Amino acid sequence: MSSAPKSDRSLTYAEALYEGTRQEMERDPGVFVFGLGVDDARGMYGTTLDLQNVFGADRNFDTPLSEDAMTGVAIGAALAGMRPIHVHQRMDFLLLCMNQLVNMAAKSSYMFAGAVNVPIVVRAIIGRSWGQGAQHSQAFHSYFMHVPGLKVVAPSTPHDAKGCMIAAIRDNNPVIFMEHRMLYQNRGIVPEEPFAVTFGQARRLTEGDDVTIVAVSHMVVEALRAKHLLDEVGIKAEVIDPVTLAPLDMDTIAESVGRTGRVLVVDNSWTMCGASSEIVAQLVERLQGSRSFRTARLGYAPTPCPTTKPLENLFYPTAMSIAQTAYELVKGKGDWTPAAVEAKEIAEFRGPF
Amino acid sequence: MMAIPERSLSTIYRDLRRIRRVEEKIIEVYSSDKVKSPVHLSIGQESVAVGVCAALEPQDIAFGTYRGHALYLAKGGDMRRMIAELYGKVDGCARGKAGSMHLVDMSVNMMGTSAIVATSLPLAVGYAFALKARKEKAIVVCFFGEGAMDEGVAYESLNFAALRKLPVLFVCENNQYAIYSHVRDRMPHGDPCARARSFNIPTERIERGDTLAIRDASAKAAAAIRAGEGPQFIECMTYRWRDHVGPDEDRKWKYRPDEELDAWIRNDEVARVGAMLDDATRQRIDAEVEAEVTDAFAFADASAFPGGEELDQYVFSA
Ligand SMILES: Cc1ncc(C[n+]2csc(CCOP(=O)(O)OP(=O)(O)O)c2C)c(N)n1
Repeated sequence: MSSAPKSDRSLTYAEALYEGTRQEMERDPGVFVFGLGVDDARGMYGTTLDLQNVFGADRNFDTPLSEDAMTGVAIGAALAGMRPIHVHQRMDFLLLCMNQLVNMAAKSSYMFAGAVNVPIVVRAIIGRSWGQGAQHSQAFHSYFMHVPGLKVVAPSTPHDAKGCMIAAIRDNNPVIFMEHRMLYQNRGIVPEEPFAVTFGQARRLTEGDDVTIVAVSHMVVEALRAKHLLDEVGIKAEVIDPVTLAPLDMDTIAESVGRTGRVLVVDNSWTMCGASSEIVAQLVERLQGSRSFRTARLGYAPTPCPTTKPLENLFYPTAMSIAQTAYELVKGKGDWTPAAVEAKEIAEFRGPF
Repeated sequence: MMAIPERSLSTIYRDLRRIRRVEEKIIEVYSSDKVKSPVHLSIGQESVAVGVCAALEPQDIAFGTYRGHALYLAKGGDMRRMIAELYGKVDGCARGKAGSMHLVDMSVNMMGTSAIVATSLPLAVGYAFALKARKEKAIVVCFFGEGAMDEGVAYESLNFAALRKLPVLFVCENNQYAIYSHVRDRMPHGDPCARARSFNIPTERIERGDTLAIRDASAKAAAAIRAGEGPQFIECMTYRWRDHVGPDEDRKWKYRPDEELDAWIRNDEVARVGAMLDDATRQRIDAEVEAEVTDAFAFADASAFPGGEELDQYVFSA
């Protein structure tokens, strides 16, 4: 592919995050990246590798284990006009940041009637597989979607990883940036020049008139696999990636469901009070009286995440469970069982972390 | 140093050896994928859990961390059920729900461990509060890495324990690194004891991982706690020989000097304590430990995986 034009250049999701961050650091001296382990030899799965060599220790640095205070430090620096990126190796650790994020970051603009703003990016990586267990696998996007004043993004492709990172850094508001470890090695075409993905614009990844599948974060990958399974039985699925959860592009989703009359929402978290509940509720509000539709939701099993593999396999939605559920939305309970497809990124993942 | 009777010296050696051999065996099998879970090995740090637990009574309560194999075994946890847990099997100490990071054995007062740094300190303090309120004899021991001393909740916990004179022994396992981050890059003076003393909590630091010195310091601290003097704090200097997580050596990441690691490896407590025993005793213990380890892995191999119906069991207590 040496003769490929620039626009066909492919990067992994991790490389795309790195590139977007680095370009913004070059553009704006106020951008800095900090958090546990961001300057170590592994460089947060490569996403922060060598930033310290390039930009110095004031712009890329490790911190004490002090998530609560460091979130406040990020907010303080943002109040002073900087653009901090605070990185967490697991989203589970964001629970220690909750007070600062919800009571301070989310409220500052409104409470002070725009007198100040808090342009911070909080990167949170979701763990999965290799026995991450109950405390290293959680995805809390719905907690943050709940709070006015916070933006929540969950890109699933390398292109959107870069574009959302740049948009998040430039945004004048706190942005929770949700990443998934199982997406990091995915490859895709990513423009080399800096670009911003507009928040609040969902992507229709495939077109189909039989059923709409809205999927979040890593579940987009599984939904696309499910779409191929459904093709085999003649069901055309329209897969939609919201990309950003707050703001949420309900126009695109509602338009699709208006056509298909069936919607399956697959979240990368629990369904109870989750992103999937919100999407379905808003669909009802928009379509009731004009268009009836059938709906189903999939997400984590309603349990903490078990460590052992056989139970972990039951905990997550899969391409098969997505296809099966979509099939039943279209045809009612049937006798179809989708063929097993391997989730390569999960099967091939080797620990220890 | 207090005189250690021969029997307890051989018990101490046996525990050191059990932990070392079990973890070496984990390293051996890790590439087979039987352990599909992160493991945070204690190799090099065995003397902390063993030294402290040698000073405890069976009714005393232990709280620890995800780096928990050593504490679990030293407190008397069942080795078979530990390996079965690492294998995700139904005979594991948590039926496969925990994996390596959340070992538990309530039959020996080994509380379940957490993978969120510093979460155990306030829980240990709360348990100690309950023991004191009920006028029970037991004390609580809380193990944590020096990384936990970065977190604000550690200080709030020390404060409350001191305020209410609670029966809790804080054990800071100072291996100097939190993942790849040296303590001097996280604490201006790098002295956890000085911080504990600012709450009027008596402290003692034990250098070089000396098992018997850790045991003696723990015995002294435990006696003071049992006498109603309130919380005590010991800091055990120690060193992790392997990577923060996983079975490998980690020299390639170059975050710590090879000479530092080599000096600690030469200072091996398992060998040092073993050398205090006569050859026949040591060889007998070694043979017994090998048999126990082999049996534990065979037990785990033979155990079944939990069935799908177990997924939603224990979300709530009955
Ligand atoms: C609250 C929290 N922040 C970050 C992490 C990620 N993390 C896991 S272990 C670790 C280092 C802890 O070091 P230390 O407490 O010294 O214990 P050690 O691992 O050396 O035994 C970190 C930062 C975590 N598990 N919990």
